[in-house]
Amino acid sequence: MAIALPPRRPRLIRTASHAGVHMRFGSTLVFVLPALLLFAVLILYPMLAALSYSFFGWQGTNRDGFVGFGNYITLLTREPYASELWGGFSHNILLFIGAFIFQNSLGLGIATLLHKRKRSKRFFQTIFALPYLVSPMVIGYLWSLMLSPLFGPVNAILRGVGLEGLALPWLGDPTLAIWVVVFVTAWQWLGFPILLYGAAIAGIPEEISEAVSLDGASAFQRFRYVTLPLLTPSIGIITVLTFIGSMEAMAIPFALGGSSGSPAGATDVMMLLFYRTAFESGNPNSVGISSALATVLFIFILAISVGITRVIRRAERKLY
Amino acid sequence: MTTSLAEKTAVIADAAPPQPSRGRDRGRKGRNRREEGPLAGRIASNVFLWGYAIVAIWPLLLMVSNALRTQQQIATEPLGLPIPLNFTSFQEAWVTASFETYFINSVVVTVGSVLLSTVVSVMAAYAFARTRSRFFHGIEALFLSGLMLPVHLAILPLFFMLDQLRMTSNIFSLILVYGALGIPFSTFVLAVFFRQLPLELEEAARLDGAGPFRAFWSVMLPLVRPALATVIVFRFVPIWNDFFYPLILMRDRDSYTLPVGLTRFFGEYSTDWPQLFAGLTIATIPLVIVFLLATKQIISGLTSGMSK
Repeated sequence: MAIALPPRRPRLIRTASHAGVHMRFGSTLVFVLPALLLFAVLILYPMLAALSYSFFGWQGTNRDGFVGFGNYITLLTREPYASELWGGFSHNILLFIGAFIFQNSLGLGIATLLHKRKRSKRFFQTIFALPYLVSPMVIGYLWSLMLSPLFGPVNAILRGVGLEGLALPWLGDPTLAIWVVVFVTAWQWLGFPILLYGAAIAGIPEEISEAVSLDGASAFQRFRYVTLPLLTPSIGIITVLTFIGSMEAMAIPFALGGSSGSPAGATDVMMLLFYRTAFESGNPNSVGISSALATVLFIFILAISVGITRVIRRAERKLY
Repeated sequence: MTTSLAEKTAVIADAAPPQPSRGRDRGRKGRNRREEGPLAGRIASNVFLWGYAIVAIWPLLLMVSNALRTQQQIATEPLGLPIPLNFTSFQEAWVTASFETYFINSVVVTVGSVLLSTVVSVMAAYAFARTRSRFFHGIEALFLSGLMLPVHLAILPLFFMLDQLRMTSNIFSLILVYGALGIPFSTFVLAVFFRQLPLELEEAARLDGAGPFRAFWSVMLPLVRPALATVIVFRFVPIWNDFFYPLILMRDRDSYTLPVGLTRFFGEYSTDWPQLFAGLTIATIPLVIVFLLATKQIISGLTSGMSK
């Protein structure tokens, strides 16, 4: 069975004989109200408010007057926002590309190999999933220690195997630092695609591969014409999630380069720019500009996610 | 961020919760032994899997090992083993670097918010599964949209609101915020589960005179226990790990949770390496314990909506 994207949620067949279990409006409301209150006050209201904030000028925490798209124009054209936004954005894209390459080569390979294991599968899954479950903050700080030029074990190993030339000040060099962030992010993230691909491969009925093997298909043909088409929806889902995750990345860059993306903005990302603009900048209109940034980010993430989902669906139809 | 990305799979894939397939696994066993292939291939696959297992686990083992060594040992032998074991760094981090406070805050916030979101979600999910009202189906869709949207971008109004109520630096506000953030995932998983339960049981209870509350409490709640376990364990992880909300909402050191405590700690103790490793280990150990105890729930939470 292919995993349709998205399959319909199974609906109950509501027959007259079960009419007795349905609830009246009043009792339903009692059940839903606590969740609804929490959601409305702490999620829905702040989201709508954040949108409205971006259309006003601000003096500190006091709303000034309606400025239309003024804040957006400032954000996109005025320095330092424009160049910082562009720098951060390009780093987010690198994070996405890095994780995407890792998960569709290494991740897919590992998941395929693991599928054939019965006894050791759970053991390996546990080990591979661990970095993903540990806090990104811990992972970031841990790698900053591992890569330390003073006592870093990574450089000690490189020197130990005779690669003196590669024992570099990884996080001090602006051209290297961003690649460290890309690598650490992909390394931590990989456990998740391994589990998801594993679940998707496990969902492919054995009978199909068996039938194709009996017809004389090679291992590669089996992967290309059976496994891959059936995995396309999963690859799509993970790509969307990886994209969202890379655009929202903050903890690892924060741990490796601080809130200003040091050295020299080399590890800056959009969420850090948002944080700095909102809470660390001296600009009296920081509320307006950071809200504009949040809105831009919000719409961008949503639009691209929907876009990727569409493309994958089309690819899915072609591969069958 | 706190609505962990994994939770978003749920809504993208939008499928049933993982179903146990023990029977099928048993049937496969005999076949798979044959399918493991020629010896060379098996060796290559072993080398590959063990190789990456080392890459994945080595930094974490090193973190624990270096936490148990002294500054001098780390400086002279970056790759040495912790012989003899030295626990003083843990003691120092726990007492002098206030990890005790951060740890207690993390536990209170995580347990409190998981309880809050689970209780309100299981009630709402039951209602969603049993109502015929369009109004409530609309509310369910609204909750689900919270799975896909980057809701943490709305932090500024939240901060102002809590600031006006004088609730910044109060861990109770973190409990409320995380509780609300857990609603989309928890209601989603639980509502799918409720919809799959046979209606006859409830019907019998109702015919015996139980009202909707009694039927929910005595008949339905015991039946959704597996889904409750998944929701509870799975929400634990992103809340324990989150640093974004406490970084902005908790302004006072006494209200820091572990991940934010770490940012302060790394600024102040940056030269005491074993203590830094010990701090990271303290922040990680409870998570690893939960993961090892509930691997099944976590993996089924991560892949919810994928296994079909």
